[in-house]
Amino acid sequence: MRHWLWAVASLVISVELAAAGFDYPLQPQQIATDTFVLEGKTEDFSKDNGGFIVNSGYIVTQDGVVVIDTGASRRFGEQQRALIEKTTGKKVIRVYITHHHPDHFLGNQAFSELPIYALPATTQGVQREGEMFSSNMYRLIGDWMRDTSVVAPNQVAQVGKETLGGHELEVLAFKGHTQGDLAIFDHTTGVLFAGDLVFNNRAATTPHAEIIDWLASLEQLLKLPFKVLVPGHGKITQDAEPIAQTRAYLVWLQTILQQAAANGLDMNEVMATPIPADFKAVALAQSELRRSVAHLYPALETEQLKPAKQAE
Amino acid sequence: MRPFLVFVLSSLLSPWVWADEPDPLNSPQWEFVHQRFLKGEPYQFDGKVKVEAPPDAEDSLNVPVSFQVEGLDSVQEIVVVADLNPLPQVLRFRPKVMRPNLGFRMKLQQGSPIHVAAKTADGLWHVGGVWVNAAGGGCTLPSVGTSSGDWTKTLGKVSANVWQRPDGSNRLRVRLMHPMDTGLASGIPTFHIENLKVLSQDDQVLAELDLFEPLSENPMLSFDVAKQTEFKLEGRDNNGNRIQAEVGR
Ligand SMILES: [Zn+2]
Repeated sequence: MRHWLWAVASLVISVELAAAGFDYPLQPQQIATDTFVLEGKTEDFSKDNGGFIVNSGYIVTQDGVVVIDTGASRRFGEQQRALIEKTTGKKVIRVYITHHHPDHFLGNQAFSELPIYALPATTQGVQREGEMFSSNMYRLIGDWMRDTSVVAPNQVAQVGKETLGGHELEVLAFKGHTQGDLAIFDHTTGVLFAGDLVFNNRAATTPHAEIIDWLASLEQLLKLPFKVLVPGHGKITQDAEPIAQTRAYLVWLQTILQQAAANGLDMNEVMATPIPADFKAVALAQSELRRSVAHLYPALETEQLKPAKQAE
Repeated sequence: MRPFLVFVLSSLLSPWVWADEPDPLNSPQWEFVHQRFLKGEPYQFDGKVKVEAPPDAEDSLNVPVSFQVEGLDSVQEIVVVADLNPLPQVLRFRPKVMRPNLGFRMKLQQGSPIHVAAKTADGLWHVGGVWVNAAGGGCTLPSVGTSSGDWTKTLGKVSANVWQRPDGSNRLRVRLMHPMDTGLASGIPTFHIENLKVLSQDDQVLAELDLFEPLSENPMLSFDVAKQTEFKLEGRDNNGNRIQAEVGR
C-alpha cells in the first residue's frame, strides 16, 4: 500500500513539474495553402492536457490571419495568438467561434479587441452557460485556467460568402451538435472547418445535441466539394470518412437509446450497452455513451410512459 | 471509546461480523453511516449486493443508481445512503412480493460513496457500494420545478408503464411528479415524498418505500416485479399531499 502511494505521489510531482510552465504543445500543421491546424488530443479534459483536446485552425490571408476557435483557456488563446503572429509575421484580424462549448471559446480573452464572430445561438449559449462551463473547467484542468474569464463573441456571423485577403470564405449555419453550429468552407483552398458537427475517431459529445438535426446537418456537409476536412476533434482528413463515422455513431446511439426506452430499461442498463466493433477505434466511446444516456435518455423514456388513472 | 467496545462485543457475540472490516470504498463516513442508518447492527460487505452508477455524474441533480440483490434469502429492508451528502439517506425499500432490485436517480452534493445495505431475516446487513464523482451542487440547488414555479399543476401526477422482461419477470417504471426540494436551497423549505406503496390490483402490498430529500425531482423508479401487469400506488409527501394512482400496461 505504501509503495503504491509513493508511486502515485512521485507521479503527481513529476506531472506538476512538467506542467509548471503551462505551455501547450502547439505545433502548426499545414493542411492546405495558407491553412494550418493546431490539433488537440482525442482525450477528455485533464490536468495533463490542459484542455488541448480540440482542433483550432487559422487561415493566413493577404490581409491578416483568420482564427477558427480559441481553445479552452486564456493561456491557450494567448499562446495560440503569439505563435500565429510570430510564425506568419501577420496580425490576427478576425476570429470565428464554431459553437459555445468551453473548449472552443474560452481563449477569446486573448482576442477581445478583435471582431469575434459567432452565430446568435452560440453567443446566447456563451451568455447563458459560459460561467458554468468556466467554473467546471477550473475543476477539470486546474491552473491551466488561471485568470480565464468568459468573453462572449462580439459580432454576428452572417451566413454566405465573403472574400477576405484573397480567400473566398463561406459561413454555414447548422445545428444538431448545439443550437448554433458554424462551419467555414474556404472555397479558395477547399478546406472545410466542420466544428463539432464532425468527430474523427473520438466519440461525439451530446450535452446539447438534437440527433435528428445533427444528422440532417451532416447530409448538408457531405454535399460540399471540400478537399480537406477539419473535424472539431480528431485527425484532419482528405476524405469524408469522419462524416460517415460520426453519422454511423449517432444513428447507432439514437437506435440503442430508443430501443432501450421501448424495452423499459433503466439508465444504468443502457449505459452498459457494449460498443460495437465498428467503433472500436473511436476514443472514449464507453464514457461518452454514459454521458449521452444522461443527456438524451430522459426525454426518450418519458415518451414510453402512460398517464396513470388518478383521482383529481 | 464506547463504539469500539460495542464493536468488540458484537463481534464476540456474532461470529460472522468482522469488526475491523474496512469499507472497500474507504468512506471516511462509513462508521457514522453504520451507526446512524444501520443502527450499529452487524454487517458485512457483500458482493451479492450489486450497485451500479456511472463513475462520473454528468448531472449531479440526476445521478442514476440501481441495485440488484442476488442470492440472498428473505431481504427485509434495503437502505441507500450517499455517505458525503449533507442529507445522506436516500431511501429505504422493503420489497414484500417483488425482487430486491431498484433503479432511481438522486442528487449528489459532491463526489461520494453510495452504500446500499440489505438486511436479511437473520438481522445481518449485507453492504455493497459504488463511488461516484460529481461536480457538486446537486443538493443546494432549488428544483427546476420550484424555481420556475410551474410544479403546482403537475404535483402528484403519476405516469408509468409495464414491460415483459426476457427472464419472465416484469419491469414496472413509475414517474411521480414532485419537486423533492431538499430544504438546503435558501428560502425553499423541504418538500418531498415521504412514503410510497406498490400494491397489486387486489391490494396486496408488493413493496414499501420511504423516500428522502436526495431523491431526484420527479422521481423515476424502476421495479422488477413478478408477472403482474396492473398495480396501485399510494403515497404521501411531508405536506400531506396524497399520491393515489392505478397504473398498468
Ligand atoms: Zn462541442
